[in-house]
Amino acid sequence: MNRAVLTTLQILVAVVAVALWWVITKTSILGDPARIQFFFSTPADVFWQIVAWFRSGEIWRHLWITLVEAALAFVIGAVAAMIAGFWLARRPKLAAVFDPYVKAANALPRVVLAPIFTLWFGLGIWSKVALGFTLVFFIVFFNVYQGVKEVNRTVLQNARMLGMTERQLLRHVYLPSALSWVFSSLHVSIGFAVVGAVVGEYLGSSAGLGYLIAQAEGMFDIAGVFAGMFVLSAFVLLIDWGVTMVERKLLVWQPDNNH
Amino acid sequence: MQHAVRLDNVDISFGGTGKTVFRAVAGANLSVAEGEFVAIVGPTGSGKSTLLNAAAGLLKPSAGTVEIQGQPLEGLNGRAGYLFQADALMPWKTSRDNVAIALEISGTPRREALERAEEWLEKVGLKGFGHRYPHMLSGGQRKRVAMAQVLIRDPEILLMDEPFGPLDAQTRLIMGDLLLDLWQQDRKAVMFVTHDLEEAIALADRVVIMSTGPDAKLIGDFTIPLARPRDVSEIKLSPEFQELHRDIWHLLKEQVLKAYGNQNREERA
Repeated sequence: MNRAVLTTLQILVAVVAVALWWVITKTSILGDPARIQFFFSTPADVFWQIVAWFRSGEIWRHLWITLVEAALAFVIGAVAAMIAGFWLARRPKLAAVFDPYVKAANALPRVVLAPIFTLWFGLGIWSKVALGFTLVFFIVFFNVYQGVKEVNRTVLQNARMLGMTERQLLRHVYLPSALSWVFSSLHVSIGFAVVGAVVGEYLGSSAGLGYLIAQAEGMFDIAGVFAGMFVLSAFVLLIDWGVTMVERKLLVWQPDNNH
Repeated sequence: MQHAVRLDNVDISFGGTGKTVFRAVAGANLSVAEGEFVAIVGPTGSGKSTLLNAAAGLLKPSAGTVEIQGQPLEGLNGRAGYLFQADALMPWKTSRDNVAIALEISGTPRREALERAEEWLEKVGLKGFGHRYPHMLSGGQRKRVAMAQVLIRDPEILLMDEPFGPLDAQTRLIMGDLLLDLWQQDRKAVMFVTHDLEEAIALADRVVIMSTGPDAKLIGDFTIPLARPRDVSEIKLSPEFQELHRDIWHLLKEQVLKAYGNQNREERA
């Protein structure tokens, strides 16, 4: 399939979906449009809601808050996980002792922690950062752990034979190997940082995209809920695209990253 | 004369204690003189790499002694450069950085290290390839970078574990010539492990044969009096080469067949 055809088909999917949505909510084939609109709103209402948000500039503050929360959750979570991952991977006995607890902590659905974090850190951004942290931490942790454990043996022996000290091995062999694993999970971990922020906001806050959606839902403003979802999804796509750009720069040495 | 490497009655075992112990090498004696190129040939699984790793300090013998230039080896052999069979370059460094790091870790300033890395890349025929990452190079080119990485430190002893094993036949010949060229310049002591007898004769001053494992030992020691400098691809056609090959192959063949038999028995079991 060539590029033009593909793009056309992709656009067609959106057009058909929106058209269906419009037909269902504006005509009476499936019953009273007013009732259906209460549950599904209409494409035009959602569109104008988004336009209104951007026109008033109100949305920027919420986007910014969510972005800051997600970024803090990611950075703090990733750094903590790298330290912990390195530390445990180099100490197999200690890792064996902690293993069941790490697994247990990771098994816990993180949403249940939200009320506790709200209690501990208040309604501001830090309770959301904490929630995102618990999500990001484990993904990065397991990747670093694996990355350090699965350092190529020949590369390691070669570095030793070249005369590297333990410190130099850490810097030139273990760290790059672990980072490559972290980068390969970057999309997932950053995605989860956003999830943590939005879910936290949704459960109790005074700003952010999650708050916006929760607010609209509370007033049965379905157009607002849908508009919030669309903005959120565009926001995540944009971040994801940014991550891809960073990845291409940082992982040029990997075989399948030569674009 | 002082020996660069001297293995005296070396046993090397793997595994735990008691019955599970697998003794790969038993009572091996081998000395490599300064400036001597020794090739170790044996069937697969004969423990030739094991023996080499003992000389490198990567493995500790369970009995016997390893002496490097007259001194018992403790820990890793810091005087040796080791060329591995598998890819050993750091994939996240460019070929230039891979070569330069070998100097940087012992305190050479980065600028100087990079300059000398460029020189070495040129010596191994990779001028202009400095900015490529290992995955952008062919197998032979990666091996050249690995060679530059090992040789730039100017090690007193070279240990090579079937370094050209993964390469195709033509590339092996070219790499053999390159190795001899570089070796000719300062004649370091070399321990070169291979299963390819032709390669061994073409390159080495002495070819030693290992018996098939377990309990492998050295069972043959042949001096190769072929004149140097040699051309690896031409030398195979000379009658002296062929005569040597016939003599040594006679001994090696027995071991190869034995190893083959062992393998078949294991498969049937």
